[in-house]
This record gives sequence, structure tokens and C-alpha cells, in this order.
Amino acid sequence: MATGHELTPTGYIQHHLTFNAQAGETPFWTWHMDTIVTSVILGVLTFGFLAWVVSGATAGVPGKRQAFVELLIEFVNDQAKSIFHGDLRFIAPLALTVFVWVFFMNAMDFLPIDIMALFYKNALGLEYWRSVPTADVNTTFALALTVWFLMIFFAIKVKGVRGFIHELFCAPFGGNPLLWPFNFMFNLVEYVSKPLSHSLRLYGNIYAGEIIFMLLGLWAATGVAGTIFGGILSAGWAIFHILIVGLQAFIFMMLTIVYIAMAHEGH
Amino acid sequence: MNINFTLISQAVSFAIFIWFTARFVWPPLMKAVEERQKKIADGLAAADQGQQQLAQSQSRAQEVLHGAKQQSQELVANAQKRADEMIEQARATAKVEGERQIASAHATIAQEIQQARETLRGQVAALALAGAEQVLMREVDAEKHREVLEKLGARL
Repeated sequence: MATGHELTPTGYIQHHLTFNAQAGETPFWTWHMDTIVTSVILGVLTFGFLAWVVSGATAGVPGKRQAFVELLIEFVNDQAKSIFHGDLRFIAPLALTVFVWVFFMNAMDFLPIDIMALFYKNALGLEYWRSVPTADVNTTFALALTVWFLMIFFAIKVKGVRGFIHELFCAPFGGNPLLWPFNFMFNLVEYVSKPLSHSLRLYGNIYAGEIIFMLLGLWAATGVAGTIFGGILSAGWAIFHILIVGLQAFIFMMLTIVYIAMAHEGH
Repeated sequence: MNINFTLISQAVSFAIFIWFTARFVWPPLMKAVEERQKKIADGLAAADQGQQQLAQSQSRAQEVLHGAKQQSQELVANAQKRADEMIEQARATAKVEGERQIASAHATIAQEIQQARETLRGQVAALALAGAEQVLMREVDAEKHREVLEKLGARL
């Protein structure tokens, strides 16, 4: 739609999948401005809202707004408490941050892609702008790796450096020196697969959702009837996508809690 | 999939948001929630206590009421008994008095009869004497014939 290129299905999809990249000196130093700006705005809005509600929180009869936020916090707290039996003062706020932020980043998927593309181009002068930060693998890896580092931090904090290294070599098969390489390989695979599965699950789901919206958007190329048909299908997919958005945010939060809870447990 | 510096900046913003939530969002709200939970727990405990106290005072009131009832019953019974006693006593007193009066009347009557008899006896004796005087035409020494007269009187 809002492309300057020739209108082909490939061009349409590619246009929607192009990041607003701020190129650096080397490819690594590239910034995806759309991902960063959108996620930071969403984070500031949601956490600002939460802080605003909390600043007026009363222990008496809560207002509707406070009751809603309390519901959310109680929900996250219950989940964290059911998995992790220890000091929740860090892990529960972490889970809340993950859940709320990922939820809203996922929810950007509900915005109709072509109208948003028109808006970005005509109102903000941005040719390329991807609205969904979690459809950028950088975001999901950033979240998963942060959780991964926290996991290692807590493992070392709880068990000590010696305990951590001991566990690397002596668990899960046993402390026999002959088994050390196997243990280490096993743990290595575990430590690599955890952030990978954690981040790629979210990325894949949201990216796929975005692609399906684009494919349904292609119906607009077949005329008025096709546009209407595509619109109905898009609405259906968006309704189904509500489930995915919430579910993926929930799964991401639960895995965060599970990984950090596992780091606290010794073998 | 192109991994680049975006990852690091996203991680930094994630860390900042975690810090923000853990510092400004979670603790105050949790505090408010826990305070409310405590308040509710206290309220429930107070309600429980109130209920208990109510039950206690209800049973106390029942007890007091029961006692008062018993006491009043006792009082009524006592009064009844006392009244009965008084009536009985009055009756007894009246009976005794009546008997006494009857006895005194009897005594008086007996006395009067006796007196009348004495008087009559005296008069009869005098009459008899006078008659005898008339018959004998002479003075009879009353002193001398007292014995005879008394015998005569006793026969009357």
C-alpha cells in the first residue's frame, strides 16, 4: 500500500518487514529505531501508569483503577508464589515487568498494519516502521538473555562460585570424574537451549501472527470483494490473536519464574 | 534475523524497567494490599469476638432473667404461705377467743345460778325458819339451829 516500490506481494511483505534501521559503523552497531522507540514508549506508558496508580494506592477501599492493578499484581504474585518458594521481592516484580511489557509489545500486533504504515509515513515521515517490538528477535533475545544472566547470577549467589562450578560438572549424572565431560556437555546444552527456546518461542509466535496479517492484507489486491473478505479474515485472526498475545506473555513470564526458581534449587 | 546492537539497548531498557517496577510499583502496592489484608483479618477477628461476646451476654441475660423469675416465684410463694399462716393464726386466735368467751359466759352463768341458788337457799331457809317460828310461835335461835338449817338448805 504505502510503498514507493512496485506493488507486488513480495514487495508489500518485505516493506512491512523492513526495520527502521539506524546503521552503525559495522552491521553489529545497527539500531532498530522502531523496535527501541516503540518498546520504550510502551514501557514508559505502562510502568508509568502502574506507578501513577500505585502512588495513590490506599490500604482502605480501593478504587476501580487500583483494584484492577491489584488484580494484576495478585495474579502475578500467585503465579510466582506457586513456583518459587523463597524471597519474592525481586522475582515477583521481575515477573510483573516481563508480563506487562511483553503483553503490550505483543498487543501492538492488533494495530492494523497498513493504516499504521500510512500513519507512520504521512504523519511521522517514516517510510519503514515495524510496530511490534516482540516480532524483532533482538527484543526477545534481550529479554531472554537478561533472564539468563539473572539465572546465572542467582545460581552463583545461592550456591557460591564453587557450588555453581561443582554443579556444572557433577550434575545431573553424578560426581565421578569420568562423568564430568558428560555432565558439562549436558549442562551446556541446557544453558544454551534455555534462552533460545525462551526467546524464539515468543518471537516465532508474534512474527507468525504479523505475517498472517500481511498475507490477509494481500487480499486487498484482488478488488473490493477481496478487500472485504480479507478484512473479515483479519478481524477473525485478530480475535484469535488476543489469545496468543496474552498466552505468549503469560508463558514468557512463567518461564522466567521457572528458570530463576530452578537456579535457586540445588541438585 | 539479524542480531545487532538493538539487543543490548533492549536489554538495558528491560533492566531499567525491572528496576523501576521492583522499586516504585511492587513494594508500595504490595504494602497497601498487605495492610488491607491485615485490616480485613483484624475486622474478621473483631466480628468473631463481638459475636462471641454477644452470645455470652445473651446467656448471661438468660441467666439473670431465669434468676429473677425464680426469685419472684419464691416471693409469691412466700407471700402466699405467709397469708395462709396469718389466716390460720387469725382463725386459731378467733377460735380460742370464742371458746374463752363461751367458757367465761358459762362460768358467769354457773356463778349466777350458784348465786341465785344461794340466795334462794337463804331465802328458803329464812322462809322455813319464819314458817317454823310461826308454827312454834316462838323465837328460834338461829344461832342454835344453824346446823339444822344448813342441812335443810343443802337438801333444797
